[in-house]
Amino acid sequence: MIPVSWIFALSVLVFATGALGVLIRKNAIVMFLCIELMLNGANIFFVGVSKMRGAAEGHIFVLFMMAIAAAEAAIGMAIITAFYRRKGGVEVDRADLMKW
Amino acid sequence: MEMGNFPILSVLTFFPLVGVAIIAFINRENVNVIRWTAFVISVIEFIISIPLYFAFKLGTPQFQFVEKLPWIKSWGAYYYMGIDGITLFLVLLTTFLTMLSILASWSINKRVKEYMISFLFLETTMIGVFCALDLLLFYLFWEVMLIPMFLLIGVWGGPRRVYAAIKFFLYTMVGSVLMLGAIIYLYWMHYKATGTLSFELMELLKLKLDPRVVPFLFLAFALAFAIKVPMWPFHTWLPDAHVEAPTAGSVILAGILLKMGTYGFMRFCMPFFPAAVQKFAILFLALAVIGIIYGALVALVQEDIKKLVAYSSVSHLGTCMLGLFALNLQSVSGGLLQMINHGISTGALFLLVGMIYDRRHTRLIKEYGGIAKVMPIYATFFMIAVFSSCGLPGLNGFVGEFLTLLGAFKTYPLFAVLGATATVLSAAYLLWMYKRVFFHEITNPENMKLKDLNLREFIIMVLIVIPMFWIGLYPKPFLERMQPSVEAFIKLAKGEKSVVYQMEGRKVNLASLISEKLER
Amino acid sequence: MLKLILAVILIPLAGAMINGLFCWKTKRKAHLIAVPAIAIPAVISLVLFWKVAHGQRFDGTFYWWISVGNFRIPIGFLLDELSAVMIVTVTFVATWIHIYSIGYMDHETDRGYAKYFCYLNFFVFFMLTLVLANNYLLMFVGWEGVGLCSYLLIGYWYEKASAANAGMKAFITNRVGDFGFMIALFLLYKHLGSLIYHDVFASAHELTLPLATLITLLLFMGATGKSAQIPLYVWLPDAMEGPTPVSSLIHAATMVTAGVYMVARSHVLYNLAPFSMEVVASIGAATAMFAASMALVNNDLKRVLAYSTVSQLGYMFVGVGVGAYAAGVFHLFTHAFFKGLMFLCAGSVMHALHGELDMQKMGGLYNKMKITAITFIIGALAISGVPPLAGFWSKDSILHHAFVSGHKIIWFVGTVTAAMTAFYMFRLIFLTFFGEPRDKHIYEIAHENPPVMTIPLMVLAFFSATVGLLALLPGGGFEGFLNRLFEAAHHGAEHAAHGGHEAGGAAVLILISVLVAFMGIGLAYAMYMKHTPDPKKLTERFRPIYTLLYNRYYVDELYFALFINPTVGISRHVLWKIVDVLIIDGIVNGVARLCSLVGNLIRKIHTGFIPDYAWAILVGIIIVCGLKIIF
Repeated sequence: MIPVSWIFALSVLVFATGALGVLIRKNAIVMFLCIELMLNGANIFFVGVSKMRGAAEGHIFVLFMMAIAAAEAAIGMAIITAFYRRKGGVEVDRADLMKW
Repeated sequence: MEMGNFPILSVLTFFPLVGVAIIAFINRENVNVIRWTAFVISVIEFIISIPLYFAFKLGTPQFQFVEKLPWIKSWGAYYYMGIDGITLFLVLLTTFLTMLSILASWSINKRVKEYMISFLFLETTMIGVFCALDLLLFYLFWEVMLIPMFLLIGVWGGPRRVYAAIKFFLYTMVGSVLMLGAIIYLYWMHYKATGTLSFELMELLKLKLDPRVVPFLFLAFALAFAIKVPMWPFHTWLPDAHVEAPTAGSVILAGILLKMGTYGFMRFCMPFFPAAVQKFAILFLALAVIGIIYGALVALVQEDIKKLVAYSSVSHLGTCMLGLFALNLQSVSGGLLQMINHGISTGALFLLVGMIYDRRHTRLIKEYGGIAKVMPIYATFFMIAVFSSCGLPGLNGFVGEFLTLLGAFKTYPLFAVLGATATVLSAAYLLWMYKRVFFHEITNPENMKLKDLNLREFIIMVLIVIPMFWIGLYPKPFLERMQPSVEAFIKLAKGEKSVVYQMEGRKVNLASLISEKLER
Repeated sequence: MLKLILAVILIPLAGAMINGLFCWKTKRKAHLIAVPAIAIPAVISLVLFWKVAHGQRFDGTFYWWISVGNFRIPIGFLLDELSAVMIVTVTFVATWIHIYSIGYMDHETDRGYAKYFCYLNFFVFFMLTLVLANNYLLMFVGWEGVGLCSYLLIGYWYEKASAANAGMKAFITNRVGDFGFMIALFLLYKHLGSLIYHDVFASAHELTLPLATLITLLLFMGATGKSAQIPLYVWLPDAMEGPTPVSSLIHAATMVTAGVYMVARSHVLYNLAPFSMEVVASIGAATAMFAASMALVNNDLKRVLAYSTVSQLGYMFVGVGVGAYAAGVFHLFTHAFFKGLMFLCAGSVMHALHGELDMQKMGGLYNKMKITAITFIIGALAISGVPPLAGFWSKDSILHHAFVSGHKIIWFVGTVTAAMTAFYMFRLIFLTFFGEPRDKHIYEIAHENPPVMTIPLMVLAFFSATVGLLALLPGGGFEGFLNRLFEAAHHGAEHAAHGGHEAGGAAVLILISVLVAFMGIGLAYAMYMKHTPDPKKLTERFRPIYTLLYNRYYVDELYFALFINPTVGISRHVLWKIVDVLIIDGIVNGVARLCSLVGNLIRKIHTGFIPDYAWAILVGIIIVCGLKIIF
């Protein structure tokens, strides 16, 4: 049996990797992937908790989240595509309308 | 006249909003319909306000026409309205001047619909400020009032209107914020002391405050009101706002809004903190006297007629403040009467300046000269207003000014003597201006073809001249209505809290009244 | 009685209102309203005077005007010997001046004509209020009101810059005096609790000496403004810019004497303050001489008369200042007739010469305008103190009282001034009416005026000649009548003057004053008719003095340099441009600028890059969590 703490450690690791990726990468697609990683980190956490408490709610939430993540991925990719068309690249520092 | 349970103050306060609603449904192209609607509404409003004068009970300092409804129960805030001898004439002045101002706004051609809506909305908030006896309600009206005034200056004003409007708004806000803080402090102190939540004026008056914080609270209130008055050195928003505002805006600004400062001192600042009044009396008297002399001297050298009148307001309001802080019956009555007088005479001056501005589109004194010849009626009215403003006996200005100085002399002779120099200086700046504008030969050909007042303008001026003579010759009805409230104010401001107002008379419930009517 | 008094006061007001409100209707018929509006009160005044002469007095309230706490001021009237004399003088002289004005103002526009009569009636209304008031505040109403009318009438020809300036100057100068007056009222109220004569005088003895002195000096400050005494006399010569009947009525006969009236009215207070009395008498004497010296060299017909008025007012103040209130008021009374007359004569000359005022251009007008010339000479003889004309009695009485009350210097100054008065008056007459015409054109156009103007001249001339004889009436004459009022208040503080007249000494004094009058006349005759000594040569020899006098001691220039220019300069360059705009507004705008400066700095952290914001969020989370863990 894998101890719950390992599952939690994995979730934190995945989440941290994602967060770090969002913070330091400039490519919008990579950042987007990293966001997915963060979501999955959270999912793993839910699964872990669910397993620990022997209840099913966590699993149900995970399913919901995956569905939402899928929808979000569609919209996100659409935004990035549109962004690429306007700005000629997917680097986020091309988006500077909010500067000052 | 018996008023029964008629909630006259609520009707007065919110009736202009009915006008707003009506105007909102008029096509903006029908400029004249909008103007007339607004005017008729303001006339009806004035007529509604007249019964206040007759039904007002003499000889009692208690609030009258009181209405009290729960407003925000969980905060202990009430919709609580009432007037006494201090506010009676301020309310009447408001309805009166608003009526004249709207009549004087015929020359506004830009966005007439929005203009009239702003104006009527402004009237609602002004009456609300004077009637509110609940501090939260008062604060609400006080702040909301800035919005229509801000728009009036910022949209319909002169070339530097945006600067002036923002300056006016921010200046006032600075004071208001501190006042809000002080109000909330009082509110919590009251809660701590009694365990009940209340913003009621009478409840908060009973508070015993920590003597160490009293000066700070006093100053927080005082700053808000001193800016509004405006006392020297917080006056610099005034010339800008006046010069840039449209004529009617200036009239209301000088006639009513400045009075809210002095009114605030009388209603809140001084009764709440009598200890601090004693402590700071000399400071405020000194500022008042500086304001009187300084305003007059600076008015002397202005090149713009409107700016001259604006600085003269600083001087006149200094007299009011001198009267209030001298704290005796004559001086306070005089100060209060001077508030009304200033509204009338300075209002008249602004109206007159507006009339000539409509014709020539300049207010520079050097552009004029000799126009008494082409506009004799105008010149006559202007002269009456000038003499009313500089306190000629027989006109209103004298009674107020003399009483103020006489009273002030009893308690603070030095300040009164210094303040009395205003009589010389005001004659100097007003007559010098009058001479340069109306006398001499006409040198500027533009002035040759000026037309004298038309019927509308003539009616405005006749209406505003009547109270000048009335107060000047027979001030008794005014003074006797003020006196009990003034006495109560003096006792409160001297710290004799035994006379705290009691809730008197009926409580009117608007909702139940309406349902009653409907059932019948 | 109240009804009659109200009628006296309100009829002129009604006249003013009708002409003021309906000036486009009344037009050239304005005088049909204005003249009766004065003549009827004049008749009623006589009735009232008759009643007072028979011992009646009136002190009553019409309605309460201002009433706040213990400060209660009625619109109330007091009719006693003093006010009775005043109302008769005012309404009588005013009636004739109104009639005269019909002729004098006939060149005016229709509306201007109505406006003129409106102002004139209005003036009489305020003047009567002033003298009939039973309290100081109502007197102050009249006091300021006559100032207003004076302002309006001086500036009647407002298109002339000099007229507009003169009106403003008159009003503001008066306001300076009124400032003192107001402070005096404050003091009276503070210490006696009332401004009603009756109460004030009844409790006046409670005042301490310094307080009484201060109050009376401040009241006198008001009087120096209104009655054109040093240092506030400067407005009166300029006031000659107004129409001449106005100069006659307001700036000679009535309004300017209000100060004298006020001092006489307040005699109870002045009796308490000997020092103030000295000040009043000294300023009066100084003004009398000072003004007379300026009249010596002036060539402007009306200005000579104006300086003469200032000088004569000085005499009146000498009178009231040495405690001879009745003598002062007597001089006020006679002066109203002869000075009013002389101004009307000057107006008559002006009217005939189309506004010419320079005496150097006149001469020989006697042949053309006999009535004017003769009446003027009667007036001049009266003012010079030639017996038995009016001025002799009153002026002599003042000088007599000054002498016997121990004011020898003042008496001397007064006597010298009397000589100067006679000299400049006859200089004026000789230059204007006699000798060779110096300007042919002006001589050509000269003509005698219509009867509407000459009849008032003759009437006033008659009275100028005769009113002095009232001094001979039984019971102390005119002064005895007034002393019923003044002596009653005098109690023990009696001046030696009022005791026994030393017949021998009095005769010497009379002789001296008559002598100096003739000396003055004789000198004027020698200089301006015989040219020995020739005035031109004298002028050359005493050039500096002449220049000084001719330029009126440069007092106007001095006032401008000392008071007006610095005030305006400091206001403009320091108070407005520096304190207001630079400092106060600088601070206000500085605060605003500081805010935007800080904002500008802080906004730099908004880079617009999403990762930066994400970093900020992360750092924030760590800090918050860290704090949570630590605490």
